[in-house]
Amino acid sequence: MARPRFTSIETKHYAEREALYRALPHLDRRSFLRVSAAAAAAALGAGVRYHPHSFLTIDVAQAAVDHSFRIAYISDSHLYDRTVNERFVRQLLRAVDDINALDPQPDFVLYGGDLAQLGQRPELDLGAQILKAVKAPVRMMVGEHDWYLDMGEHWRSLFGEPTYSFEHKGVRVIVLNSVVEKDFWTARGMTPMQRMQTVAGLDNGVQSPFSVGDEQRAWLKKDLEKVSSKTPLLVFSHSPLYKLYKPWNFWTDDAEQVQAILKRFARVTVVHGHTHQLLTNRIGNIHFHGMLSTAWPWPYAPQGMPPLTIQMNRADPFNPADGLGDGEVLVHADGLVDKVYNLWNRDPVSVRRTYMTSGGKKDVPSKPNLASY
Amino acid sequence: MRAKGLLLTALSLPAVAALGVLMLRTDRAIATDDPNTVEVELCDSETKVTVPKPANPTPEDGQAISDALMAQWRRSHPERDWVAEELERHTLVPPADNSGLVGRGQGATYGQISKEDVLVWQNETVKLAAEGSRVFHSGDELGSTIAVSCDMCHPHAANTHPETYPKFQVQLGRVALLRDMINWCIEHPVRGPKLAADDPKMRALEGYILAQRKGKALDYGRR
Repeated sequence: MARPRFTSIETKHYAEREALYRALPHLDRRSFLRVSAAAAAAALGAGVRYHPHSFLTIDVAQAAVDHSFRIAYISDSHLYDRTVNERFVRQLLRAVDDINALDPQPDFVLYGGDLAQLGQRPELDLGAQILKAVKAPVRMMVGEHDWYLDMGEHWRSLFGEPTYSFEHKGVRVIVLNSVVEKDFWTARGMTPMQRMQTVAGLDNGVQSPFSVGDEQRAWLKKDLEKVSSKTPLLVFSHSPLYKLYKPWNFWTDDAEQVQAILKRFARVTVVHGHTHQLLTNRIGNIHFHGMLSTAWPWPYAPQGMPPLTIQMNRADPFNPADGLGDGEVLVHADGLVDKVYNLWNRDPVSVRRTYMTSGGKKDVPSKPNLASY
Repeated sequence: MRAKGLLLTALSLPAVAALGVLMLRTDRAIATDDPNTVEVELCDSETKVTVPKPANPTPEDGQAISDALMAQWRRSHPERDWVAEELERHTLVPPADNSGLVGRGQGATYGQISKEDVLVWQNETVKLAAEGSRVFHSGDELGSTIAVSCDMCHPHAANTHPETYPKFQVQLGRVALLRDMINWCIEHPVRGPKLAADDPKMRALEGYILAQRKGKALDYGRR
């Protein structure tokens, strides 16, 4: 006797989502909500644990109405030369396709650092070439993987100075180089490649902690001198501008000093790379958000997790691009932001400004089904 | 080469110094073309240095020759301190402390447990885990064709959860052991050749991963 064909939960979920998306262009908003609720109910009936971020188009559609502008981001692509590893190249291309498909287009795209894996010319050149395909203007930030082979020489020749600021629609945007390390290499007689490889190992304990450093802090102070404390700040740093977990440099050694400079501003958002995961923190007036990587996901730090962080599902090793992605920063008229994590192969996650300002009480992102071990 | 290197590093410097004197006494010094110098050879039959020939050899001369031999051996063995260097790069969770067993019996055949016993257990165990750490952190050692190593997704072996095996792995269609998942990762994300179950690298990788999860309760089958 033929057995009925088994359909997995995942297959059912994707089939339902596909049906929903196909129906979308033909619906007004009221019908849309009805259909999506029905689909959610059907999923519940089929034994699927209801996941509030399924059918997240509702969230994004609503958010699109009231934000004043939006930025997209791509980060941590860790490119080798294309002859060494084509997978990381394809993943960056996928992110570029994602961003180019956004409608309307973002005001600009922030590249979050670690374009290269070992700071080599062919790696950085390849990254620069791929990023030229981005339709919106691209702003670059530097990561440690871009820097420690030639101390940023080639990166600067391609993209300019790593520390800069500009005004955008009433928001002060600041980009920092937060991966400054103390000299650990001279005394050890390391070659530039040995230095680079040491820094490239996340768990390599020979390297120094990251910092912004005296010079940039002085620059930041001066840059913000004439800026009103009512002006919203949007700061980009490669490492989180707080102290999370030192053994992996999820850490900025002079974080408190940088935070002190930002303290007088009422609305400050810091968006950082390096951690390759959904990461949320708030220290006083400063809201912190992580960026996803296009290369590989990092596990969550074994200690020191900020209470506001709701972890993403742990990455599925059988799904090559799982836990990776790109995303957006929706800046509202009040200067606060919603952070969108566009996780490939999963539903996107939105960490809203209301979640941040309510201390994690309102608009709570969905909890992971499979938490870290 | 590595095993030999370790054997020699295990010998203390004075022991090697004594060895140098011993070699002079046992005519392991070889005459050179220059009547004022002599070539001495270390017990590995590879390391040689040419030193001034002492007229009336003193213990100091012996020490100088030993130092020269040791320096030469160090130069030709840049990985001599590989365990210490690996542990400096990548911290390792230390193994259980068995020093409380010193002085207790371990059966008539073996006598009492000595400090040396405990030290050997400790050193050999750490050495296996350190070798695992070295392989874990090296795309070359893993044979990756795309320069990917385990630590890229698992810094300090985080999220490897060896305590959850064996467990049924849908994608593999069977119950997987830790080594099955190691091999799966080597073949797919790392894109290298899979290892035999008893391959020294597999044993070392298992050793490192298990070492890093010390203290976690075994919970086989856990999703």
